[in-house]
Amino acid sequence: MPVPNFETVEVTTDLLILGGGMAGCGATVEACHWAKKYGLKVTVVDKAALDRSGAVAMGLSAINLYLNMKGGERTPEDFVRYVRNDLMGICREDVVYNIGRHVDSTVHLFEKWGLPIWRDEEGKPIRSGAWQVMISGESYKIIVAEAAKNALKELGDKGELYERVFIMEPLLDGDRIAGAVGFSVREPKIYVFKAKAVVCNMGGAVHVFRPRSQGEGFGRSWYPPFNSGASFYFTARAGAEQTCQEVRFIPVRFKDAYGPVGAWFLLFKSRATNTMGEEYTVTRKKELEPWEPYASAKPLPANLRNYQGMLEVLEGKDPLLMRTEEAIANLAAAYKDDEKAFKKKMKQLESEAWEDFLDMTIAQANLWAAMNIRPEQSPSEIAAAEPYFIGSHSGASGAWVSGPEDVQTEESKKDYCWGYCNMTTVKGLFAAGDASGASPHKFSSGSFTEGRIAAKSAIKFILENNTQPNVDMAKVEEFKKWLLRPFEIFEQYKDYATTPEVNPHYILPRQYLFRLQKIMDEYAGGWGSNFTTNKYKLERALQLLQWLKEDGEKMIARDLHELMRVCENVQRTMQAEAHVRAMLFREETRWPGYYFRADFPKMDEQNWKCFVNLRWDPNTGEWSVFKRPVHNIIP
Amino acid sequence: MPAYVITEKCDGCKGQDKTACMYICPNDLMVLDKERMKAYQRDPQMCWECLCCGKICPQQAIDLRGYADFVPMGSKCVPLRGSQDIMWTIQFRDGEIKRFKFPIRTTPEGSAQPDGGFGPGKADDINSIYLFTEPDSTGVEIPTLKK
Repeated sequence: MPVPNFETVEVTTDLLILGGGMAGCGATVEACHWAKKYGLKVTVVDKAALDRSGAVAMGLSAINLYLNMKGGERTPEDFVRYVRNDLMGICREDVVYNIGRHVDSTVHLFEKWGLPIWRDEEGKPIRSGAWQVMISGESYKIIVAEAAKNALKELGDKGELYERVFIMEPLLDGDRIAGAVGFSVREPKIYVFKAKAVVCNMGGAVHVFRPRSQGEGFGRSWYPPFNSGASFYFTARAGAEQTCQEVRFIPVRFKDAYGPVGAWFLLFKSRATNTMGEEYTVTRKKELEPWEPYASAKPLPANLRNYQGMLEVLEGKDPLLMRTEEAIANLAAAYKDDEKAFKKKMKQLESEAWEDFLDMTIAQANLWAAMNIRPEQSPSEIAAAEPYFIGSHSGASGAWVSGPEDVQTEESKKDYCWGYCNMTTVKGLFAAGDASGASPHKFSSGSFTEGRIAAKSAIKFILENNTQPNVDMAKVEEFKKWLLRPFEIFEQYKDYATTPEVNPHYILPRQYLFRLQKIMDEYAGGWGSNFTTNKYKLERALQLLQWLKEDGEKMIARDLHELMRVCENVQRTMQAEAHVRAMLFREETRWPGYYFRADFPKMDEQNWKCFVNLRWDPNTGEWSVFKRPVHNIIP
Repeated sequence: MPAYVITEKCDGCKGQDKTACMYICPNDLMVLDKERMKAYQRDPQMCWECLCCGKICPQQAIDLRGYADFVPMGSKCVPLRGSQDIMWTIQFRDGEIKRFKFPIRTTPEGSAQPDGGFGPGKADDINSIYLFTEPDSTGVEIPTLKK
């Protein structure tokens, strides 16, 4: 398309919810209840279609966080202890506790809405692990989105949903959020949303690091390729303090198609071994000693399990194998004397194994079929994927948010609590799900729950600060000019060379993405450098990222879809820079299976049992990186 | 395993301005070629293969072909999604066919009421600890650490 003639659409609302994934739907359901009571307007914006947006778009085969307090199974205190150990002592215990105590309500709502939760004959949910319950979750997101849409309907004309609108920049009124600006990916329209409070839940970041597959399989990332760091970018550009930006997550999954391993380890009780049949979590126990006391925690922290597997690879004893054939044989063994019962059990196990993949990673089911793999007959390879930014899972990156008041100690209160729950350090700007940091292991149900917490709190903020902030329309004009540039550059120079992809005046968004990923992979500890880095490499990465950012001004767009790719790349680049700065600042190796600082190979409890936080100053464009104390709240 | 559209089966959703697959793709990859009245996948390298397109297609015109850079050819994973369950047909490279059926929801489509039938609970004070529907939806009192 030629340079678009953008129409500017202004939308004024009370509460603006950015992102329609699990946290966004939770925020919507909760906000609508309170908005109805107080006569407020709620506007939800999604870059895709609410029915299938976000990380749960495809479906899930488990809910990974359910306490069942009613059934007396777990407490929020248990949850805090588990998360704290898994993240090697570093988490916001107040925020984690808060999600834990509210998550059961969410799971019970999901079930009432129609999500099939596996239950045994007595009606008890079937757990695959201490915190997980199995579901038939192909339509998980559709069901949750349906409740959110029905909640908006109850508000009548005060409930609005905008789909296919890509949000980019925050709008500020001094130190308070005033709204957001973005564009439609389907028609030439710029959207200016003016709001009294904003809940940001636009997911984590994928494709910052080079993925294992570089051809068609480029898009078969573990976490979805459409999560481009929008939450980080939006909150950081507003000047919100960020935390745990060094705490990436490396999933170890079924090789190449990244099928889930959780059910295999926890439900089917499968072992993982090297090619010599050695169970590396047992044989390499001693190698975890530098990471005590966390190395003795049960379950073993995800990153330490990763690290043991990485050592196997370094010594050439890989591929690592998930012993599915052995696990299924063990489970069926109890029925071996009754042929009919044995057959029935085998059929059930086979079906459960395939459902696990088909519910959430169809590609893995197809890969099994393509390789004639029958899990009851042969093992499957597993491998460490590439790094991801996902504060809801076993990574912890996200915004630094205020915690609940009733959970604080005298010491924690001054550092963790500045008023509204889940509000960032920017007035009126709230974060949930992957957007909120240092509170991992919330997963789908916890993200939805955190969205609820943030939305209720944002409504309270609106009631107590009930003025419409001023939006500086000059900023909107600036944004519009910035959006037009990728089209203008292409129009100006497209005839300079006869090969459209090779032109010294511009760079294609896809090539820019490859360049970002090469920098991060080789200098910031991607899979290509064994997840290892050092000071020299990180400083070099910053230099290379600086040149990349400068050249990013020359990215082109030939249609609105490509314009979205340009913006996603800009988001990813800022996420990359924050990650490098945080790793550079933390002079120790605390999560060896996530990344290794070769120049500081040991954990240093005395100097580094703290958060590394950082902030980008919207007025100067300067970064600051600093420590924040970790407070122990739960014994 | 990028999604692709089978030319013969696609009817462009009968000339509406957007097709079902365009509506649903979370990565904005499906496009309607209005001259041919056929949808196509514009960027196979960015496909997550969530198959949201194939599950919603009224013509069953969308299929998956394993990622060319690591998947041996010849397999198939075909869903048939109804209102209560989904039926999968899996075809192995060696020709064997397996079929699986899984539930997808326990309630009628469209029926998900925000309060789940729990009612608003004690959520009438914005300053209270309770979220909408709590504590009825939790089943126990919401814990606190306040002494």
